[in-house]
Amino acid sequence: MTSLDLSLPKAGTVRRKGFFARAMANPGFLFGAILLGLIVTMAILAPLIAPYDPLAQNMLRRTVSPFWMSDGNWAHPLGTDGLGRDYLSRIIYGARISLLIGIFTVICSGIIGTVMGVLAGYFGGKVDLAINFLIMTRLTLPVVMVALAVVALFGGSLMVVVLVLGLLLWDRFAVVMRSAVMQIRNQEYIQAAQSMGYSTPKLLFRELLPNIFDRLAVIATFEMAHAILLEASLSFLGLGVQPPTPSWGLMVAEGRQYLLFDSWLILIPGAAICALVLAINMMGDGLRDAMAPDKRN
Amino acid sequence: MTEPLLSVRNLTVDLPASGDRLHAVSGLSFDMYPNEIVCVVGESGSGKSVTAFTAMGLLPKALKVAGGEMLFEGRDLLKMSRHEHAGLRGKRISMVFQEPMTALNPCFTVGDQIEEIFRTHTKLSSAECKARTMALLEEVRLPDPPRVYASYPHQLSGGQRQRIVIAIALAMDPKLLIADEPTTALDVTTQAQILSLFKTLKTTHNAGILFVTHDFDVVAEIADRVIVMQKGIVVEQGTAEEVLNQPQHPYTRQLIAAVPRKREGAAPPLQEEIALQVKGLSKTFHLGRTLTRKARTVHALHPTDFTVRKGETLGIVGESGSGKTTLVRCLIRLLDPDEGEIWIGDRNFAKGSRESLRAARKDIQIVFQDPYGSLNPRRSIGEQLIGAPMNFGVSRDVAWERAKRLMKIVRLEEEALYRYPSQFSGGQRQRICIARALMVEPKVLIADEAVSALDVSVQKEVLQLLADIKRDMGLTILFITHDLRVASQICDNLIVMSHGKIVERGTVDQVFGDAQDAYTRQLLSAMPGRGWEVPDLDALSA
Repeated sequence: MTSLDLSLPKAGTVRRKGFFARAMANPGFLFGAILLGLIVTMAILAPLIAPYDPLAQNMLRRTVSPFWMSDGNWAHPLGTDGLGRDYLSRIIYGARISLLIGIFTVICSGIIGTVMGVLAGYFGGKVDLAINFLIMTRLTLPVVMVALAVVALFGGSLMVVVLVLGLLLWDRFAVVMRSAVMQIRNQEYIQAAQSMGYSTPKLLFRELLPNIFDRLAVIATFEMAHAILLEASLSFLGLGVQPPTPSWGLMVAEGRQYLLFDSWLILIPGAAICALVLAINMMGDGLRDAMAPDKRN
Repeated sequence: MTEPLLSVRNLTVDLPASGDRLHAVSGLSFDMYPNEIVCVVGESGSGKSVTAFTAMGLLPKALKVAGGEMLFEGRDLLKMSRHEHAGLRGKRISMVFQEPMTALNPCFTVGDQIEEIFRTHTKLSSAECKARTMALLEEVRLPDPPRVYASYPHQLSGGQRQRIVIAIALAMDPKLLIADEPTTALDVTTQAQILSLFKTLKTTHNAGILFVTHDFDVVAEIADRVIVMQKGIVVEQGTAEEVLNQPQHPYTRQLIAAVPRKREGAAPPLQEEIALQVKGLSKTFHLGRTLTRKARTVHALHPTDFTVRKGETLGIVGESGSGKTTLVRCLIRLLDPDEGEIWIGDRNFAKGSRESLRAARKDIQIVFQDPYGSLNPRRSIGEQLIGAPMNFGVSRDVAWERAKRLMKIVRLEEEALYRYPSQFSGGQRQRICIARALMVEPKVLIADEAVSALDVSVQKEVLQLLADIKRDMGLTILFITHDLRVASQICDNLIVMSHGKIVERGTVDQVFGDAQDAYTRQLLSAMPGRGWEVPDLDALSA
């Protein structure tokens, strides 16, 4: 019998590119990552780079125009608001609120949703039925309405907003994780692991989770953007972060009365929200592409 | 000599730049005449399907025809506009696909789907359409045409669906019929019927049939002429007689040598010690229960008894739906059997909760069918190998040493332990799966269709490996397969299952020589390639 080629492909030629290299080759991811990196740095270094105290009012310098307008100047590059507070400083500090809300909401709802989805998908049967009921119940609740009710009861604060969003936004995690796990549960490598005596928790963490992590990461980015937008809407409605804390949504709300004559008061925080959400979404898209198994090697 | 029906000259199809070679097919030339079956044979990646798809104008976008011509009835298919080509498709040239389960649209009845062809290519009235559809259903020998006409695809079996696909292909009386592995997904008995159908169609329609396959026994069954391809190049072509009995090219010889055949000579005597004893094992499924409707019961496994002695290879043969998968899943307790006992050593594996069985699981291990689905794509080979022994309390270092040793046994390099599954071919992956199953030094190894998804030459390698390991380690193997040829090559004893029951048991020679059950005889007579003996290749090369 002719001997067959049993050697492995040469190392180096086929060694797969690292995840990082694959992600960096994706222009969308790169753009999103850079933009997000800038916003995060800005938020962390806020006390160092903000030119003024974001809360300091100056009645003599109200609604100063930003530098690109004819009556603007570089003392206040983005101008000042109706109470004479420096707009650039408020934008810089506002990034902290948005990111804080985004991150904590995703951690909170991500854990709830993933646990529910994985349990429902893996065990099926009655567990699935019960969790599906919870998901259905959650889906019938409009987030903004519930948030309004809670805020009306307990008063609006950063803490309340984070909690409400964290406890409400897990639905997508649960639904996607459930279907992903159901798909993978019947793969032969999971059955092989069962027959090799893996305990259930070990099987879930070692064999299952790594295979759904890509989907988890993608939903996490989208939900983060979602949470940031919701915070902005709640603050805009006056039910989220309370003044004088600088929040981008609140700044849009406060700029509302100047819409006609000093529209940049709305445009600047609006653009900031837009940029942050865009950056996160583009990163999510890039992550999804870079993590797809068929794009490997 | 008649005019050739299809004449391919110097056809070259490029692969995308990242591929492992430049051309999917290069410099392919052959002629096809009416009333002739030409078999294109090769292993996966040989370019045989690309050839078929080029003729149909259905090449994936990534592949580009680089040169050559493909003359069909004097017109070059490659220079035709998409529109012209579409006009030929289904009318003058038609195709039968590999997977009958997905080749039909589940939303429409079979009748609708066949009539669709008439509506596209002719202006027949609906009554005429229906009449011709019925005639077609008769022609492909489907029972009760009016019922089939009104059925949806899910109501039909795989073999019946493949007949429908063939009926659709034949609707416009095409001159060229392209069949891409049309029987690979079917059971042996069904395959035999479909093959004989193809032989009849060749004469009744005076058509040329381009039949793509990987199985030399199928070739022996139906081919008039054979084209053997390897890595996009034709290595040999000639009449079936020449290629099968006097293969010239080393690759053709290698493929023919790899065709599974019954092992000659008496099996070595078996030890007395019993490794696995199954008593009265049964499983019934209750399906489709809702609040208002009672469950439908399916007896997947009737009470089953058998014993396997230490060092024995027991083949369990059956077609789809025979209950062999249920048996396997009960044996390793992925399913809980209703009743019965599974004795491995002095432990009843059928008793106790699944959680309490974890410690006993190391005695019985399994290698699955699909080499692509049975390795976790996100974990390195080494991590996956040492996982099982570590579950049974072996230290990491000891497990890692064992993994290295097993890599050598399954003939892979040690470096493979640091790689991920996507970097290995199907055969290599299956060897890794075998190594993984052996990591816990099981008493019984179950090979569940472990070689069915592999190319013949790789299949032979893996079978050889299993036989070697069994000899060296004194392992007991349960070899589950649908293919009697493979079973007869490796097994000592055979069990034939049908409809959840064991219908035949005995040594390979007993089963092949003197089958008692009607179903076994049917299986044996359906094996393709009877009447063709693999030639003595050593004598040829001398």
